[in-house]
Amino acid sequence: MDTDLKPFLKRTFSEIRKSSVVALWFIFLTFPIMVMKVNPLDKTLKWRWMNMVYVGIGAFFLSFIWRYLLKRKEMGAAKDEAETWQKRAGKLIRSDKRIYIPCVVGVIIFAMSFPFLFSSYQTSIMITALMYVMLGLGLNIVVGLAGLLDLGYVAFYAVGAYFYALMNHHFGLGFWVALPLAGGLAATFGILLGFPVLRLRGDYLAIVTLGFGEIIRLILENWNELSYGPSGIAGISRPATFGINLTLQQHMIYLYYIMICLVIFTMLVVSRLRNSRIGRAWIALREDEVACQAMGIDKTKTKLTAFALGATWAGFVGCILAAKTTFINPASFTFMESAMILSIVVLGGMGSIVGVVVGAFILILLPEYLRAFSEYRMLAFGASMVLIMVFRPQGIISGIRQRYEFHKGLTEGETS
Amino acid sequence: MDYFLELFVGGLTRGSIYALIALGYTMVYGIIELINFAHGEIYMIGAFTALIVASALSLLGMSGWSLLILAGVIAIIYSAAYGFTLEKIAYKPLRKAQRLSPLISAIGMSIFLQNYVLLAQTSDFLSFPALIKEFSFMENITIMRSSELVIFITTAIATTLLTLFIKFTRMGKAMRAVAQDKTMAMLLGVNVNRVISVTFIIGSALAAVGGVLISSHIGQINFYIGFIAGIKAFTAAVLGGIGSIPGAVLGGLVLGWTESFATGYVSSDYEDVFAFGLLVFILIFRPSGILGKTSSEKV
Repeated sequence: MDTDLKPFLKRTFSEIRKSSVVALWFIFLTFPIMVMKVNPLDKTLKWRWMNMVYVGIGAFFLSFIWRYLLKRKEMGAAKDEAETWQKRAGKLIRSDKRIYIPCVVGVIIFAMSFPFLFSSYQTSIMITALMYVMLGLGLNIVVGLAGLLDLGYVAFYAVGAYFYALMNHHFGLGFWVALPLAGGLAATFGILLGFPVLRLRGDYLAIVTLGFGEIIRLILENWNELSYGPSGIAGISRPATFGINLTLQQHMIYLYYIMICLVIFTMLVVSRLRNSRIGRAWIALREDEVACQAMGIDKTKTKLTAFALGATWAGFVGCILAAKTTFINPASFTFMESAMILSIVVLGGMGSIVGVVVGAFILILLPEYLRAFSEYRMLAFGASMVLIMVFRPQGIISGIRQRYEFHKGLTEGETS
Repeated sequence: MDYFLELFVGGLTRGSIYALIALGYTMVYGIIELINFAHGEIYMIGAFTALIVASALSLLGMSGWSLLILAGVIAIIYSAAYGFTLEKIAYKPLRKAQRLSPLISAIGMSIFLQNYVLLAQTSDFLSFPALIKEFSFMENITIMRSSELVIFITTAIATTLLTLFIKFTRMGKAMRAVAQDKTMAMLLGVNVNRVISVTFIIGSALAAVGGVLISSHIGQINFYIGFIAGIKAFTAAVLGGIGSIPGAVLGGLVLGWTESFATGYVSSDYEDVFAFGLLVFILIFRPSGILGKTSSEKV
């Protein structure tokens, strides 16, 4: 008894000591900002000592959880990766048709009946989430497949939105005509951006695309003759309904179904693209540029198609955004938006379609439903981004690598 | 001519601040190849801490240079502590993860810190006390203010000290070793974790210096200043060639002058367009920045 208890007590004691140190450190760290508050008008100082107590207690307990989770993550990394429950569940769902088909049917039924089950506000949020699914899938081509870090993706989104808004405003162009044209225009911009940055690599590429995104936004903000400046463009037509008059609520439902169709279309195209010749070229380019060139892949063409095809989806979604809100201004296209779309891709799991869908739903729906404690929602959002990355750096659903295995009697068979 | 000089000095001031922040980016990037997106937030926290401490101390009756130095030193200590903690929480567990994960964690941290200051303090612009007093010998000089002079001198001293530190001390040598090859440095007995922590501490301290000086010069701050300054400083670091310390300073100055002259002679609306346009232009012709080394790619 005595021999068992001693190391246990010792360990507990050292854990408590560690947490106390962390708590004291955080009390020190947050002291000026959490405890003191200056009132600039009457030059008085407010002391909020209670905050110090909260920080201390919070840090003390959170540090236990933090260390425990880190330890578990390290132990998990040591285990064989195929043994994690996510992998097993994924495999089971994919391999067994009896589970796979009901799952898909269930999701489809839920998606189809969604606008009738929930309010029009919920439908509107869901449309936004679906828009981000599309944006995420588009950026996934550039970042996840081709490995080109693009921080200015929002520029193409803006191009699509402003194209439809301006065409509608000046020439009365309809949504259905504008949609493919917006995609095409965004693709052209993608190539325009792609040409100068072909030689750049990694983080240089990131900052140039960021710069490009900011330039587009600033031009929209300042070129009043073209874009009506910061006040934006209002009164954009909603999608045409072939002569049927719809109420606002029905318009939402209509747009919801358009989005569902477009998302399914996007998923089909992206999954087909990934296994195509060009998709494999992208992946090869991501893995190793030099080796990829040595294998005879045209680097210029591959990179440009990645930029162009990625941008196309942003153009589509931009057009939909303009049609959904009927009002756009440059404030919707800040760098934060690019960061959000990139987070969707990385958080969900790079290169994986299901991952992007899950990532988009989490990142868009989380802040919406956290509105209840609206003050803290962005704080919680930032913290959860850090936490997900720290404890699941490969994303929520990691991409599946294509492998070929040789079986007896068969020449080759595809498995996960 | 006076107008030109005024713009020149204005550009130099901005450039110095960009350079101070860019040094942090460039050092961190040089060592762990990470764009520390939360670096701008560290700069903002430095400025906020200085404001709070300075207000508290001036209530106690302190003023003049001692106030500036004391508030500045406390801001530097706090920023360094934040930088250190930031690395431990958001980046250290991700050392072995794929490259984009720490970037997302950094963006998350940046959002978190902004909202933390927003909630704990205020979203309004706060007026920052002019901590740098006017020198008496500067009275006849109209194109330059005393605070600008202090900014140049401080930047010059900080950069020189940093260069000397990296060139001649043991820790500096260890930093260069880690930047060159992390695994090899570890094998040779360099404590890599400590080197990375020191890098974050130094970078954050420099950002705080920049934050205190520019806030005192401009006279107001809010929780959002770090974001824009961070992006500009990162641009400066890339412009000069990321990973290179003289490059960060040069990049900062070039960026500062470009913005200043573009605002002065062309249009103030397109200030940022010129900054980013210059970046794109330079990177097209010199893909690794002005002073960056062009390394050939190996398989």
